[in-house]
Amino acid sequence: MRRILVVGASAAGLAAAETLRREGYDGTLTLVGDEPHTPYDRPPLSKQILAGEWQPERLGLCTPADLSALDLDLRLGSAATGLDLAGRTVQLADGTRVPYDGLIVATGVRPRKLPGEGAHVLRTLDDAVALRDRLKPGRRLVVVGAGFLGAEAAAVARGLGCAVTLLEPAPVPLAHAVGERVGRVLSQAHLDHGVDLHTGVTVTGATEDGVQLADGEEIEADEILVAIGSVPNTEWLAGSGLSIGDGLLCDTYCAAAPFVYAAGDVARWHNPLFDTSMRIEHRTNAAEQGMTAARNLLRPQARKPFAPVPYFWSDQYDMKIQAFGQLRGHDEVAVVDGDPAARRFVALYRSGERITGTLAVGMPPKVIRQWRQAVATRTPWREAVPGTVTAVETKEVVSGGTLPS
Amino acid sequence: MRIELDEPKCVAAGQCVMASPEVFDQRDEDGVAIVLDAQPAAELHDGVREAAAICPAAAIHLVEQ
Repeated sequence: MRRILVVGASAAGLAAAETLRREGYDGTLTLVGDEPHTPYDRPPLSKQILAGEWQPERLGLCTPADLSALDLDLRLGSAATGLDLAGRTVQLADGTRVPYDGLIVATGVRPRKLPGEGAHVLRTLDDAVALRDRLKPGRRLVVVGAGFLGAEAAAVARGLGCAVTLLEPAPVPLAHAVGERVGRVLSQAHLDHGVDLHTGVTVTGATEDGVQLADGEEIEADEILVAIGSVPNTEWLAGSGLSIGDGLLCDTYCAAAPFVYAAGDVARWHNPLFDTSMRIEHRTNAAEQGMTAARNLLRPQARKPFAPVPYFWSDQYDMKIQAFGQLRGHDEVAVVDGDPAARRFVALYRSGERITGTLAVGMPPKVIRQWRQAVATRTPWREAVPGTVTAVETKEVVSGGTLPS
Repeated sequence: MRIELDEPKCVAAGQCVMASPEVFDQRDEDGVAIVLDAQPAAELHDGVREAAAICPAAAIHLVEQ
């Protein structure tokens, strides 16, 4: 293999490129990115960048010297527009064609939008800077969507002295992801910090003066942030013969076709640790999957399944929320340590008979790592949470838990 | 190899401790990473490179000598 092409120059694509070089690949390495910026980190966009605490230069995922050492054929500001699988060529927006022997797809996701003009989204550095420049004390910000991104932005905006209204269609924010009890604890933090939280509210679009709700009401705003989830960037692969379905479909090795791998937010693959199909929009997964895709592409005879314990964190107000494993689709949640009312606790998530996830707020790292280990080793629920039944139904319990030995 | 930790960037994920427990630990109070050995022995280098690569905050910089 003498020509490897990585499409997508964010965390997953860069991790793949770095891994290829670290593992001895010395052929042509082309890295294509649709943004004009060299690879940068996204999680701080809704945190330190929005808060104005960091300048954009601080986001670089590698130093100019390290980037130069990778000896890349770097094509920035040029999106991929098509793939010829049989001809092993990718078409770029600038009209050039890039031939490859091996391809890694890491084109990420883009934000869902609402009808109407003038609303912000928050995915790129340019998005974050544009919103940051508009957040001043006393400005009225409406955030549509109380997921992790919307919640982080709301917290930052309150810190900047904005009047923040947070609109969420579900009765309890994040309940589908973390369960109702934990969702309530996390939303209480917004109320305690003076956010005007409206749940069960459907927004139909942005207007000149604010947002329009499905019941006809209008909520006035100076700025609107839409944080209602993302769409995988797979349109450029349409008609290529690759399988698309909420992401680029891959096998357990992150392969979408011979010599074609995918990594990061765009990739849907089978995680054998949880025996389920996953597509994960978290920073840690981007790096880990980029590394695995690169290794599996480089060493076809020694491929390894990609079997991570997913991880994400979120910073809101004084809370650091950390979660490991698969929380969505859980059958049961148990708070096993700490006090949710004090926003200092560990929750465990059960799917079937096993612990499949854990979420912690404000707990010591050793405690969190031990519960993460319980997820990684597929610990039976009843070993860790005595006295609870394992009926397959959604319920929430509070009990003491013991760490598995 | 020399390890440089950009401490204010650390997000306390603890991924480095899992990749290279001989070289990294976390502070009890806030989970921020601690470098136990800034110039680790050669047999630990693979683990340290893994730790730097998976750090979700890009807070670990390696100066290879």
